[in-house]
Amino acid sequence: MIEIFGIPSQALFGQLLIGLINGSFYALLSLGLAVIFGMLNIINFSHGAQYMMGAFAAYLILQYSGLGYWPALIIAPIIVGITGIVVERVFLQWLYKLDHLYGLLLTFGLALIFEGVARNYFGSAGLPYTVPESLQGGRNLGFMFLPNYRAWVIVASLAICIGTWFIIERTRLGAYLRAATENPTLVRAFGINVPRMITLTYGFGVALAAFAGVMAAPIYNVSPQMGSELIIVVFAVVVIGGMGSILGAIITGFGLGVVEGLTKVFFPEASNTVIFVIMAIVLLVRPAGLFGRRA
Amino acid sequence: MRKALGLAAFAAVLACGGANAQQVNVKIGVLSDMSSLYADIGGPGSVAAAKLAIADFTKDHPNVKVEMISGDHQNKPDIGSQIANQWYDVDKVDMIIDVPNSGVALAVSQIANQKNKIFIVSGAAASTLTGEKCNANTVHWTYDTWMLANGTGKAMVKTGGDTWFFLTADYAFGHALETDTAAVVEKNGGKVLGKVRHPLNTNDFSSFLLQAQSSKAKVIGLANAGGDTINSIKQAAEFGIVKGGQSLAGLLVFASDVAALGLPTAQGLVLTETWYWDANDANRAWTKRWHEAGAAAGKFPTMIHAGVYAGITHYLKARLAMGPGEHDGKSVVAKMKSIPTDDPLFGKGEVRADGRVIHPAYLFEVKKPSESKYPGDFYKTRATIPANEAFRPLNEGKCPLVSG
Repeated sequence: MIEIFGIPSQALFGQLLIGLINGSFYALLSLGLAVIFGMLNIINFSHGAQYMMGAFAAYLILQYSGLGYWPALIIAPIIVGITGIVVERVFLQWLYKLDHLYGLLLTFGLALIFEGVARNYFGSAGLPYTVPESLQGGRNLGFMFLPNYRAWVIVASLAICIGTWFIIERTRLGAYLRAATENPTLVRAFGINVPRMITLTYGFGVALAAFAGVMAAPIYNVSPQMGSELIIVVFAVVVIGGMGSILGAIITGFGLGVVEGLTKVFFPEASNTVIFVIMAIVLLVRPAGLFGRRA
Repeated sequence: MRKALGLAAFAAVLACGGANAQQVNVKIGVLSDMSSLYADIGGPGSVAAAKLAIADFTKDHPNVKVEMISGDHQNKPDIGSQIANQWYDVDKVDMIIDVPNSGVALAVSQIANQKNKIFIVSGAAASTLTGEKCNANTVHWTYDTWMLANGTGKAMVKTGGDTWFFLTADYAFGHALETDTAAVVEKNGGKVLGKVRHPLNTNDFSSFLLQAQSSKAKVIGLANAGGDTINSIKQAAEFGIVKGGQSLAGLLVFASDVAALGLPTAQGLVLTETWYWDANDANRAWTKRWHEAGAAAGKFPTMIHAGVYAGITHYLKARLAMGPGEHDGKSVVAKMKSIPTDDPLFGKGEVRADGRVIHPAYLFEVKKPSESKYPGDFYKTRATIPANEAFRPLNEGKCPLVSG
C-alpha cells in the first residue's frame, strides 16, 4: 500500500471523497447566499436560521402529516421560501437603497429570533430524524464504506448547483434578473416587474437554504443552533469565492470541503479554523475573492 | 403637615426594616449554558431545579432567605470568568452552582478559590476539578470523567471490547475523559489503538469515523458530549459502524441526548449515570414538580439537574448549621464536608476531603423501541456501582488538599 505523507493512500482517498461530500453541502448552502447577495445586494445573515427552519419543517411535516423525507424535500423549501418572501415584502424591501449593513443587521436579528423561538419550543438537544429507508445502507468501495445517503447528497447538490447556475447565467429569466439588479429603472421601462422578481429571487435563495436543511436532517443533529454553527463557514466560502459570483461559490464550496477534509486527517484540531485562514490569505491577495467581479 | 408625613414614613421604614436577628441570608448564582449545545442537560432546567431546592428548604426553615440569579456562560471560559467575577465581587453572590463545560468550570473554580467564595460543580465532568486542580472552595457533585470511565469503560472491556479508538472533543473535558478511560482500558488488559481530537461543536464526523473504522478497534470511545455525541452516534449509524462489528461507547450520554437521537438509533447504547428520572417513585414525583417549576414540557431532567437540587440543599443545610452572619467560602465548604449528604434524589453520601461527592452510580442500557412504554422510558438498569467503588480513590487523585 502506498503511503502519502504517512497516511495509507486508501485512507486518503476515502477522506478526499468525504471532503467532496461535505463540500457539496457547503456549495449548496453558499449557492443560496451568493444568489441573494449577487442578485440583491443583501447580506442574508438569516441564511443559517432558514437552513435550520428547513430541517425543522421536515421534522414537523413528518410529525403532523406522516409525510417522510421525499415529500419534505419539496414541501419544506416551499414553506420556508414563502416565509422568506414575507420577510422580504415586510422588512427587506425598505433597505435596498441603504447601506449593506442595515440588511445585515436586520437578517442577523431575524436569525436570533428564529433560533430563540425554536429553542423555546423544542429545546436545544435536538430532534430525531432518520435516513429514509430507500437510502439506508451503503456500499463498500474498497477504500471506504460509502453510505448511500452521502452519495445522494453529492448527486443532488451537483444537480441543484448546476441547475441554478444554468438558470441564472444562461437563460432569459436569469438575464432579466441580472439586468434588473444592475439597472432596475431601465429594466422596469421594458415592462418587467422588477420588485416581484426580486421578491421571488429572495424566496428562491431561502428555499435553497431550506433544501439544504432537509438534506441535513437525517445526518446532522436537528437542533436550533445547527444553522449558526454552519453559517460562519458558509460566509467564509462565499467571501473566498467572490461575493457576487455563483460559479465561485460552487467551486469554492467543493474545494474548501476537500481542504477541510484533508485537514481533518493531518491536523484535526485545526479543522474548523483552516477555512478562515484561507479566507484571510485570499482577501489579502485578491480582495474581491477568487472569482469576484467587483474590484 | 410635611413633618408629620416625614415622621410617618420614617416610622414605616423602621417597622419593616428591622431584620430578624436569626435570619440567614444567602445569594446563589446558577451559571449554565442557556443557549447552546449543553442547554438541555443544564440550562433552564438547572434554574428550575434550583427553584425547587430553594422552595423546599425555605418551607421547612423560614428563617433562611435565599436569593437566586442565573447567567449564561455560552461555553466560553472568558465569558464564564467575567460573570463569576462580577457575581462574586459586585452582586454579592455567595455560591455559584452548575456550570456544564469543564473549561469554564476550571476557570470559575480558580476564581472561587481566589475570592474565597463557594463553587458547586454539577454540570462539568473533568476529574481534575477534584484532582490536581482541587481547592478548598470547590465541591464537585453528580459525576466526573473518572466515574464515567470506570463505569462504561470497565463494563465494555469486561465484555470483550479490548481495543479502543477515541473520538475526543478537543478541550479540557474531552482530554480528561479520554485520559481516564484509556487508563481504565489499559488497567483491565485492553489496548488503545489510536485517537483523533475534533473541535468542540463539530457538525460532521464522517472523516473521524472513517479513521476510527480503519483502525479496526473493537470499541470506538466517544469522549465528547451533547450535540457532538448526538452527531457522532447518528453518523456512526449511517456509516454502518455497528453493523460492521465495532461497538460505540457513549462515555457521556444524557437522557436528553437519547431523546434527540430517538430509540431506533440509540438502542443498545451502554452508559453510566448517577440519577435517572424514572428509576423510582421519588424521582418521578420530583420530575413532575420540576416541570411545574418552569422546565420545558416534554423534556426530562438529567442527573445534572438533580445535582443542582441536591447541591443547593446540602449547601443550605451547611449554612443553616453555621448560623447568621458572614461566613467565608472555605469554612462553609469545610462544614459541607463534615455533614453527610442526604437528599431524596441521591440518597446518602458524603463530601470528601478533595471536594468530591460520593454516591452510587448506575450502568444503564438504552431500551429497544419495542421495550419503551411511554415517552421518556429510555433506560434499563444493568448494574449498580456502590458509592465507594464508583469514584476515584482519594489517594489517587493527586489533590494537594489530601496529600498536603
